[in-house]
Amino acid sequence: MIAALIAEIKPNSTWYLVLAALLFAIGTLGVMVRRNALVLFMCIELMLNAVNLSFVALAKEMDDINGQAVVFFVLVVAAAEVVIGLGIVVAIMRKRVSASVDDLAELKG
Amino acid sequence: MELFVFVAASIMVLAGAIGVVTRSNPVHAALSMVLTLFGVAVMFVSLEAHFLAAVQVIVYAGAIVVLFLFVIMLLGVDKAEDVHTEPLKVQRPLALIVATGIAGVLIAAMFAGRDTIASGRASIDLPTVEDSDANTRQLARLIFSDYVVAFEVTSVLLVIAVVGTVLLARKRRGEKSEVSV
Repeated sequence: MIAALIAEIKPNSTWYLVLAALLFAIGTLGVMVRRNALVLFMCIELMLNAVNLSFVALAKEMDDINGQAVVFFVLVVAAAEVVIGLGIVVAIMRKRVSASVDDLAELKG
Repeated sequence: MELFVFVAASIMVLAGAIGVVTRSNPVHAALSMVLTLFGVAVMFVSLEAHFLAAVQVIVYAGAIVVLFLFVIMLLGVDKAEDVHTEPLKVQRPLALIVATGIAGVLIAAMFAGRDTIASGRASIDLPTVEDSDANTRQLARLIFSDYVVAFEVTSVLLVIAVVGTVLLARKRRGEKSEVSV
């Protein structure tokens, strides 16, 4: 009885969009709380993934494949962004011991 | 069944995301991110985006996470950082409030915009081909026709990224490493 009722429920795009919103919020929380530059990059990846998820959910909802094409380009740009970002982190770490972004305060007053 | 897949994938996504934010060891954070990325890939499959699900696993869970782990190991920052001392006392509660606010605003905006989604539905009629690789074929047709300029520009972007990273990470001549890592 209950199992049949549960089997009737199908997740629609609203569910996916709510999940994407939660994932994005967790990503922003990580960017605001964490200090390690590498973990900051991971949190930015989480936010990008949330946006990708909502793009694909809406592409399904509106029956329009353009949303998936946008996600494809977001993936490529995310890969380029990670490569550049980690290159910068490696260059900075050559001079320093920790990856904490708090130590990068030379330009401060 | 679809409900079960959704619930399982959302548990993966949220648990992985919380792991990225809370784990003090960067290696554990990177591995938690793999969980999130796989959960998103499962959701792509259930949203009938098969090609993107494969790309998600190969590019994100494969290449990007391996790159993260490489850099973590290379720099030797795979020690647990101290996450219990916080120099700014108000930062964490404030960040929590702001993040909750962002989630609330996004969800509210989504419910406010639901009517627009319904009216914009089926503006473009796609031929519904019922074979297994219809999604990949449609996506390829779109990318290599409408988005072909953008596609070529992304290849230039990737080349620039690779060259730039090599320049950034290269040790300059005569430069001595000041810290031995």
